[in-house]
Amino acid sequence: MKCVTCRGPAIIDIRRHNSNFCAEHFIEQCHRQVRKAIEEFSMFEKSDKILVAVSGGKDSLAIWDLLLDLGYSVDGLYIGLGIGGYSDTSLDYARAYAKTRSLHLIEVDVPSTFGFDIPNGSRAAKRVPCSACGLSKRHLFDEEAIKGGYDVLVTGHNLDDEAAVLFGNTLHWHTEYLGRQLPVLPARDGFPRKVKPLVRLAERETAAYCIVKGIDYIVDECPMAAGNKHLGYKNALNEIEAGSPGAKHSFYFGFLDRAAEFFAAEASIDREGLGACASCGAPTTSETCAFCRLVERAGGQLPERTGVNAVSVDLGPTRSGSIQ
Amino acid sequence: MFGLSACDHVRVKVRLHNPRRDLEIEGPITIINLLARLDLNREAVLVVRDGELVPGDESLADDDAIEIRPVISGGEQ
Ligand code: SF4
Ligand SMILES: [Zn+2]
Ligand SMILES: [Zn+2]
Repeated sequence: MKCVTCRGPAIIDIRRHNSNFCAEHFIEQCHRQVRKAIEEFSMFEKSDKILVAVSGGKDSLAIWDLLLDLGYSVDGLYIGLGIGGYSDTSLDYARAYAKTRSLHLIEVDVPSTFGFDIPNGSRAAKRVPCSACGLSKRHLFDEEAIKGGYDVLVTGHNLDDEAAVLFGNTLHWHTEYLGRQLPVLPARDGFPRKVKPLVRLAERETAAYCIVKGIDYIVDECPMAAGNKHLGYKNALNEIEAGSPGAKHSFYFGFLDRAAEFFAAEASIDREGLGACASCGAPTTSETCAFCRLVERAGGQLPERTGVNAVSVDLGPTRSGSIQ
Repeated sequence: MFGLSACDHVRVKVRLHNPRRDLEIEGPITIINLLARLDLNREAVLVVRDGELVPGDESLADDDAIEIRPVISGGEQ
């Protein structure tokens, strides 16, 4: 196996690009793909204040590292979910990465701040752990990004993640989600701008990137993930990919190019009647937001708020006053 | 196909994850053939030896110790 760029010995094959790379040119390839995603979807500029959600896993540490390599200044945000030893270890990896590079890592610990953890809280609230977890993370990402005055929130979603979510949403024709499944969601009404610069890299490549760059990450899977649908979709897509390299890429990017726009109208309906959560001030279409309801049902407690997230979310019945 | 092999055979140590377990496999064998034999999808794993990636066409030799690392993570997005 020879590197497509220098003809030296290759360390990885990327079948959907029909290319093999040595370590140096593989890293170059990752840079190129991320730069392309940032430019193609106008994700952010060098002057933007960027926050990356970091889990201690391969994807989030890879994107943090890639963005730093590409000359962006980026802070990290870690959410502690109280998933036993898994959370402890993942925090260690996130901290170690930040510390060795003197980076700023914001930490929010759900159990000590909100009085519940994902395994017990989701059970009490009668929710699937991953759904309670995803909801909590999204809420806290938004809140910290707005509070810290960040222009953009970066997440480590890769090509496999996006293709799997698209697969699930298509399988069940969740048309209201299809219109929102974009690599960039603009800032609006108390939500920060959200971007996914890893959409052009597969999961195998983000893991390989960490190994080649010597970035330690948590390899073991979250104990709550076992048997969830998302993993099943990923496995199904990888079966297809094995026989037809490039299938995941064309499924996802074909959707963006040729289908996503048809679902845009439906995706914007949920913006109608957005107001501030009575309890935390976050934007919501109900009296209290989904996160505050989860905290209550999970047996936790909302801390005293300073109302940071309530800035400009005093929307009334219409959709004015978005934070840009 | 696993387990003890005749003394003129090469043996390769393989570590797997989720759940963590160790195997010994008769070699010599290329990475691609090893993954096929273990029924693992090449899209879903990387092979690592001493902290470095091992390419698919490489043949594993006597006393090689490798880790087959899954790259698929779950969870709601
Ligand atoms: S697998 Fe589920 S519970 Fe675990 S971190 Fe991911 S979303 Fe949360
Ligand atoms: Zn090269
Ligand atoms: Zn709330």
